[in-house]
Amino acid sequence: MNEKATPTTSIRPKVAIVGAGVCGLGVAWRLAQQGCAVTVFERGEVGRGASWAAAGMLAANVESEPGEEALLSLTLEAQRQWPAFAAELEAASGREIGYREDGTLVAAVLQDDVERLRFTYDYQRSLGLDLTWLSGREARSRESCLSPQVSGAVWSPNDHQVDNRFLALSLAEAATRAGADIRCGQRVERLAIEQQRCRGLETTCGFHAADAVLLAAGAWSRDVAGLPVELAPPVRPLKGQALALGMDPQAPLLTSVLWGPRGLYAVPREDGRLIVGATVEEKGWDDSLTAGGLMHLLWELWQLLPGTEELPVEETWVGHRPSSRDDAPILGPSAIAGLHFATGHHRNGILLAPLTADLVAEGILQDRAPEPITSFGPDRFAATPSPAARTAAQ
Amino acid sequence: MNAPDSDPLIIAGTPVGSRLMVGSSGYPNQQVMLDAIRASGAEIVTVAVRRLDMEAGAESLLDLLSGRYRILPNTAGCFTAKDAVLTAQLAREALDTDWLKLEVIGDRDSLYPDVEELLQAADTLVRDGFKVLAYSSDDPVTCRKLADLGCVAVMPLGAPIGSGMGVLNPYNIQMIRAQIDLPLIVDAGIGTASDAALAMELGCDGVLLATAISGARDPVAMAAAMRHGVAGGRLAFKAGRIPKRSNAQASSSFAGRIRT
Ligand SMILES: Cc1cc2nc3c(=O)[nH]c(=O)nc-3n(C[C@H](O)[C@H](O)[C@H](O)COP(=O)(O)OP(=O)(O)OC[C@H]3O[C@@H](n4cnc5c(N)ncnc54)[C@H](O)[C@@H]3O)c2cc1C
Repeated sequence: MNEKATPTTSIRPKVAIVGAGVCGLGVAWRLAQQGCAVTVFERGEVGRGASWAAAGMLAANVESEPGEEALLSLTLEAQRQWPAFAAELEAASGREIGYREDGTLVAAVLQDDVERLRFTYDYQRSLGLDLTWLSGREARSRESCLSPQVSGAVWSPNDHQVDNRFLALSLAEAATRAGADIRCGQRVERLAIEQQRCRGLETTCGFHAADAVLLAAGAWSRDVAGLPVELAPPVRPLKGQALALGMDPQAPLLTSVLWGPRGLYAVPREDGRLIVGATVEEKGWDDSLTAGGLMHLLWELWQLLPGTEELPVEETWVGHRPSSRDDAPILGPSAIAGLHFATGHHRNGILLAPLTADLVAEGILQDRAPEPITSFGPDRFAATPSPAARTAAQ
Repeated sequence: MNAPDSDPLIIAGTPVGSRLMVGSSGYPNQQVMLDAIRASGAEIVTVAVRRLDMEAGAESLLDLLSGRYRILPNTAGCFTAKDAVLTAQLAREALDTDWLKLEVIGDRDSLYPDVEELLQAADTLVRDGFKVLAYSSDDPVTCRKLADLGCVAVMPLGAPIGSGMGVLNPYNIQMIRAQIDLPLIVDAGIGTASDAALAMELGCDGVLLATAISGARDPVAMAAAMRHGVAGGRLAFKAGRIPKRSNAQASSSFAGRIRT
């Protein structure tokens, strides 16, 4: 695509993006491809927020929950886009992103957990999702290192994975090659809003004028000053602890993604790393690794995959999911002219990356939310403002 | 629906708007939680102090609930009296309330209370000025001791936490009811609306539940069901049920109809 040379360039908006996670970078890439002048401001390094901490699961099916059927249509659509998106991105960036299509297995040991899994499975099947119930033996024939105690499982062939760290770096490379300017170490201090219109940003390096501004600051999206509090997107940090074990890449203990009953998952990478996550803690910005958190992860993992006992711990970390109030992303134009959102992706920012990039970019170019995301705008929360917002509005 | 109550529940001198109390964790997401709590009609919502962002940052649980509900901090996750007391003090300071749902857990599999630690913590906290609502085993002796220590409500379990098995020992609940004048609230074990109704029919003053709503397939609808279950059970209790008979008795008999 060489649209930079087309004559329409002059009427393309000049865009400033807050945050170089997968959301900001994906939109930057798409806009730069379309010939926009795009500048991304990142206070730290590229892709080191939640996009670094994630496990990279693209799990629309096994993660679907009651009350989130609208989100499901979005995540399933993103899943359909992934193969082509991965191929295009690898070609555009010249980097591999570790996209794997091995599928996901959800396993349970205790009878209570098997029954809960069956309950969830019945619900997910009622939505028409492609899932299969497996006996313990059938599960072990897929993954031979599973504990002999596993007595029921669900197989999901369409829930894949990508290496999210490679994804972020690759998006940055593709965006840069397409002409985007990514400025690391520049913090956005304030959105410049006058008379209900966003005219640019104040950064640590001064004022930057823009026709359109995209707020893609992840869990920090409320912390960027300048937005009236009642218009700030309802996003909170949701803490997650995770760790990586080192498997022998020639003889990995696991090839598909594995889920346990209490939120545990294990994601095997090509290089032998086994990503084990993640706690879900309503602890604000707390970023401590705790004994209880790691114990929970390791204990749940050990029950499913006893062979992990021998593996070296290579890394431990804490991340903060940018969680919106209803767990669905907040996408598209805001109530302030020229200001757009791509935030609140909760546990799905990696999965939704292709869709976020395309649809938010389209929204910026047309200054209007495209059809698939009209119901994911910030206005959907107006009925129940948070007390902080209510007080401010009075 | 909470008609300015001719039959209010009063805890520690304070009228409480609903006899159904609900938890705040385990929901698919915060919006479903808010919608479900609203549908439940509950006025008291419990929060686990240990799993809380005490700073109450924007969009945190406390930010979303405060001002809308009476927040009842609980000591879930505490295994010793000392732990529970420290957690309670933290909660009082941060949340500005001396109400407390005291929970001291004895083992991870059953989540049964550790009675010894529970009584000790209740004693310490009551002396320290807390209004203690104590989560207890469904044992009349323990419940009476908690009442004697000065708790403001006693909350025997219907069945183990999160099990959804209902009120497993209605006879015990009745015995406890007969002994205790304080608010008696069945806490834990409720699985569906009829369980909540049964607890109320046994003469309990209220029901506290969490997983039955948050883990249901449609939490908001289940919350409404629980609200009706509790209200129905309470009305039935007050109305006075008929005695059970072993033989049928037609509801309208000729003898009754032909009146001269
Ligand atoms: C433990 C864990 C596991 C996860 N697993 C998965 C998974 O398996 N699959 C999945 O799809 N999702 C997963 N997620 C969620 C996923 O990581 C996020 O939804 C996604 O990364 C969000 O991307 P983002 O670009 O919005 O945020 P981020 O990656 O956090 O990027 C935001 C960026 O904004 C920058 N920033 C903030 N404030 C400013 C400012 N004022 N000025 C300049 N820059 C600023 C930050 O430094 C950061 O780089 C997981 C998250 C966690 C924490």
